[in-house]
Amino acid sequence: MTLTVTDLVIARGGVPVLEGLSFTLNPGRALVLRGPNGIGKTTLLRCVAGLQPPVSGRIEGAGDTIAYAGHSDGIKPTLTVAENLTFWARVFGAGSIGPALDAYELNDLTDRHAGNLSAGQKRRLGLARLLVTGRPIWVLDEPTVSLDRSAVEMFAGAVRAHLAQGGSALIATHIELGLEAELLEVGPYKARPAPLDDFDGGFL
Amino acid sequence: MIALLLRDLKLSLRAGGGFGLGLAFFLIVTTLVPFSVGPQSALLATIAPGVLWLGALLACLLSLDRLLALDWEDGSLDLLATAPLPLEGVVSIKALAHWITTGLPLVLAAPVLGVLLNLPAPGYGWLVVSLILGTPALSVIGTFGAALTVGLKRGGLLLSLLVLPLYVPTLIFGAEVARRGAAGMETATPLLMLSGISAAVIALLPFASATVLRINLR
Repeated sequence: MTLTVTDLVIARGGVPVLEGLSFTLNPGRALVLRGPNGIGKTTLLRCVAGLQPPVSGRIEGAGDTIAYAGHSDGIKPTLTVAENLTFWARVFGAGSIGPALDAYELNDLTDRHAGNLSAGQKRRLGLARLLVTGRPIWVLDEPTVSLDRSAVEMFAGAVRAHLAQGGSALIATHIELGLEAELLEVGPYKARPAPLDDFDGGFL
Repeated sequence: MIALLLRDLKLSLRAGGGFGLGLAFFLIVTTLVPFSVGPQSALLATIAPGVLWLGALLACLLSLDRLLALDWEDGSLDLLATAPLPLEGVVSIKALAHWITTGLPLVLAAPVLGVLLNLPAPGYGWLVVSLILGTPALSVIGTFGAALTVGLKRGGLLLSLLVLPLYVPTLIFGAEVARRGAAGMETATPLLMLSGISAAVIALLPFASATVLRINLR
């Protein structure tokens, strides 16, 4: 499933943040978004995930192909690790949670309440959710926050395996993942401030 | 869908889930009424249907602010919105889970509390019937209010202000069924009105809730 974004303009809180953005994400490929804080990476990912409509432009190939992981992991502290993961597996109609537990080395933690996990362990659980969605395009917002070095390796391994199976990934991150990924610097697409819409505007 | 329902029920039973809070509140409110009104059994019998309905309504309100707010805070709502479930289904299931954990226990407890308020004997059956028909509407309207205020800090109070006026028709006809039943009068008219309100609310409001939620998630 190819994700195609054409001439996209997105806004946050009514203020345009990125404009004229176009890219294509083919199966088996990963695209890493780079850019300073506040440039609109999260907004772009939320648009692609369908949580927010773009101002203009087209997003094709999104919808039921997207597995989104944002800043929060959507983990219920009073459920155990296995219960959290099983819930998402059943929502997405995907099979067993075993491979996801293996990929992020969560097997020793299955019966622990998620509220007792460390921040990095919670993040691993949140990322393990992607594996039970069975969806081809991963849209990830800062996935490595609070992960230690070995967990980042696990994550990179999971992404590599996903790409090898014909999936694709759109990742906003500031760190080097060691992936064969294309880089997209979104800075140049920063939206110009809207021209002042009053009489004096012509003189400024 | 079933998975979501089971998860919500499980969450409400786990620590801090708030199961039984509404029930305990209902119990305390209805116990306080005889203390404040005094030992006048005739007066209590007159006001019992209204007091029981008002208590049930306020108890329903108690757990509404957590209905969607918790899922919003931990990011589950974003993930549910991108999951294969339709958002209309998600809010309907949320309302159903709220009814099972809050409304249903109130229905079951109401006859017991009716004794405290000296509810006349013919009223018990009608009280239960009116609550069974009315409390689902309270949960569904409440879910709409929760969707409107999701993401707002201190949204709970605003939620009450928004939802309580919408509860008025259900309260009027629900309490009327119980009152007429207790007085041994004919109940068909308010019963039909109550059922009509509940049916319309259950059929239409989930669409409104889902739309509002989509806008709030942006």
